[in-house]
Amino acid sequence: MGAMRILVRAGGALAAMVWLAAMPAAAIEIEEVTSPGGTVFWLVEEQAIPLVAVEISFAGGARLDPADRPGLANMMAALLEEGAGDLDATAFAKARDELAARFGFGAGRDSVTVGARMLTEGLDRSAALLATALASPRFDAEAVERVRGQILSGLAADQTDPNAVASRLWFARAFEGHAYARDADGTIEGVSAITRDELVAAHGRLLSRKAATVAVVGAVDAARAGALVDAILGGLPEGARPEVAPAPETPPAGIAIEELDVPQSVAIFGQKGLPRDHPDYIPAYVMNHVIGGGGFSSRLMEEVREKRGLAYGVYSYLANYDGADLILGSVQTANERIAESLEVIRTEWRRVAEEGIPEDDLERAKRYLTGAFALRFDSNAKIARFLVGAQEENLGLDYINIRNDLIEAVTVEDIRRVSKLLDPQGLSIVVVGKPAGL
Amino acid sequence: MQSGMVVRLVALVGFLLPAIAMAAQPITTFRLGNGMEVVVIEDHRAPVVTHMVWYRTGAADEPWGHSGIAHFFEHLMFKGTDDIPEGAFSKIVAENGGQDNAFTSWDYTGYFQRIAADRLDLVMKMEADRMRDLVLNERVVATERDVILEERNSRTDNDPGALFQEQMRAALYMNHPYGVPIIGWRHEIEALGLPEALAFYRRFYAPDNAILVVAGDVAPDEVRRLAEIHYGPLEPSGNPADARPQEPPQLAARRIEMRDARVRQPYVMRHYLAPAYDPADPGTAAALTVLAKVLGQGITSRFAQQIEIADRVAVSTGAFYSDTARDAVPFTVFGVPAPGRTLAEVEAALDAEIARIIAEGPTAEELERIRRKTRTDLIHARDDVGGLARVYGAALAVGLSTEDVDRWPDVVDAVTAEDVRAAAERWLVPARSVTGYLMGAEGEAG
Repeated sequence: MGAMRILVRAGGALAAMVWLAAMPAAAIEIEEVTSPGGTVFWLVEEQAIPLVAVEISFAGGARLDPADRPGLANMMAALLEEGAGDLDATAFAKARDELAARFGFGAGRDSVTVGARMLTEGLDRSAALLATALASPRFDAEAVERVRGQILSGLAADQTDPNAVASRLWFARAFEGHAYARDADGTIEGVSAITRDELVAAHGRLLSRKAATVAVVGAVDAARAGALVDAILGGLPEGARPEVAPAPETPPAGIAIEELDVPQSVAIFGQKGLPRDHPDYIPAYVMNHVIGGGGFSSRLMEEVREKRGLAYGVYSYLANYDGADLILGSVQTANERIAESLEVIRTEWRRVAEEGIPEDDLERAKRYLTGAFALRFDSNAKIARFLVGAQEENLGLDYINIRNDLIEAVTVEDIRRVSKLLDPQGLSIVVVGKPAGL
Repeated sequence: MQSGMVVRLVALVGFLLPAIAMAAQPITTFRLGNGMEVVVIEDHRAPVVTHMVWYRTGAADEPWGHSGIAHFFEHLMFKGTDDIPEGAFSKIVAENGGQDNAFTSWDYTGYFQRIAADRLDLVMKMEADRMRDLVLNERVVATERDVILEERNSRTDNDPGALFQEQMRAALYMNHPYGVPIIGWRHEIEALGLPEALAFYRRFYAPDNAILVVAGDVAPDEVRRLAEIHYGPLEPSGNPADARPQEPPQLAARRIEMRDARVRQPYVMRHYLAPAYDPADPGTAAALTVLAKVLGQGITSRFAQQIEIADRVAVSTGAFYSDTARDAVPFTVFGVPAPGRTLAEVEAALDAEIARIIAEGPTAEELERIRRKTRTDLIHARDDVGGLARVYGAALAVGLSTEDVDRWPDVVDAVTAEDVRAAAERWLVPARSVTGYLMGAEGEAG
């Protein structure tokens, strides 16, 4: 969240400063490529710099962790670059640096993610090294214990980090009995108990060709990219895309408080959202932009920060998991004033639920959303991440070209329809701190 | 970086600026008649531009006792001008599909917009307008002070690690204002008001104290034309910052212990006072940069190999040095004990590795690995033109030139094993250091 900002009513003087013309669409050509080995992926060829970005998401992730081993997928992912094939952790790092390649591995509730940035010089060797990490991680005892120690150290620190506590509590409450109730990083008990055999099993379960969504952006043509993708994924089993267990639809209403001795309370609020493939998703997205998604131009920022000085940051966003769809938000306010912040947020929620959004607010939101779309595509790495997300959500190859038209087509009637989704009394809220007046 | 650069640009401590700099992207520099420096970095991959104005003024230039005014003022720059209604600045940017923000560090304050390239004229006009024509009142100042106190809560007071970092710096700098937190001490923020803000503005916000960086899908000639229209007419202030108080000889190793009931993961950290990049002697900064990497960056570093892997005394270690500053900076080492290990054991392990490098210097293999990585980092840096804009902006803001940035790989190439050894011996000196233990309410005593 940035340092300052604003948003006030526009006066006549500034109307002249605003262009009304539509923004240029992102000039990006996406190809759908089928590799010789049969993997379908998206490619953007960009020859301007001698780099290739590869982004992979393996469906599944932490939601497939056994109930008594939360954090298993995350620990497995963290160990992928800690020794593979005939290289131990140190030798692997040296080989990677020798090639000037950069690899990142992570796990979230729904996926294990891999990001690779490789030079065109030595590309085949970089891809082979990445393939070794994905197919043949060693899980050496030294690396397992070292990484376990690092994860546990972080989990210990999280116990008194109000943001971490609030996030864990919100999901635990909303998804009781479902895998989404657990944080992807796991728990001290779970991570302490993980065995090497369990890591090996998790690796076999989570990384497979069928579970992979892949994007390539950079200085490679389709033929080269196909060979590259096969080289990276070639060592993995075919596997299958994992099933999704639907989560409870509606988080419990009301406020849960967890006491923590900090001067400022952290609140997370949320409610049921809309699936990404719902016909009203785009109107809901635009609506949320006006409420709390638009940074300094959002209503929450205006009411909570600019008018009342109650917080440095306040925001909301549409959160879509494979088995649950949410509208989530957060605010941080001094213990004595957090109740006021939450009341202001509820009031704004109610205002949109009852009144919808007027035409001029909608137009301003559209101008931002359509104009800023191009800002997402100014680097290979950003484009690759977008392409993976677009494939996972089944948005289609032409989405990037029609997306701004979809935004432009949203009407105040559309917003009025989706605004019925907003449930100010049903908001599920957790507060961590020593809040007064709640 | 705790409240380091107050914003999104945040890296962790010690992100090395020149090391990621240098592009094959064409870079053009020139200066306007009123003294404003301009850097243009071309990248035509996307029809987007990053427009930044950096002021060579930061928290270290604040009047004594008014800590936080540089950052406070940064917030106030979004309020309104004689031409732009109160609160409209960011709104206009957003309505044009752009994003904007700002950041404050000890040495500089920067403002930027990311927007479609055909809107450069608009954001330049607005940025030039608020350089001289800001309009403030008591009401907006009072509300923003509340926002900043909440920002301080979020960044610092809610996080014992951030409070500890604040104490560490305050102990390291005995006289130089780098020891004062960027966001300011709470009791001084509470006392800041309109007069302090206006005085700061009139003094420092002027073209001869500013650097314009434009990066993206632009042509240098067009940037020059627009800059001359919008920034060219602004009057210089001719009012440079006062020379800052400098450190006296540091003669005593300092130690601090902080206990906070919220701390669940204790750690030990040490700052040594080390020189920043000096164009007359770039080799020293390069040697210290190499030293930090050899000691404590990545699994191939000595700390990781010996303390984490071989001896299992710590679960995490590191060494950082960030040379892009006007005055002396911290060279930092830290370690997080493994279960059953003490802070004293970790400190001793760090000391042993420091002693070893002072005795032996780095190996040829270590040196070669780092030289190579310095060069290849530049290729990766080309995928992030906004990052390049920040590198050049920060360098110019602390008094360096684009040439200083561009020659960095050559400077690193020239570093010898003896240079690194000698830098360790000269600068990793206990008398110029502060060592801190961050601990929970109970448990190990220092």
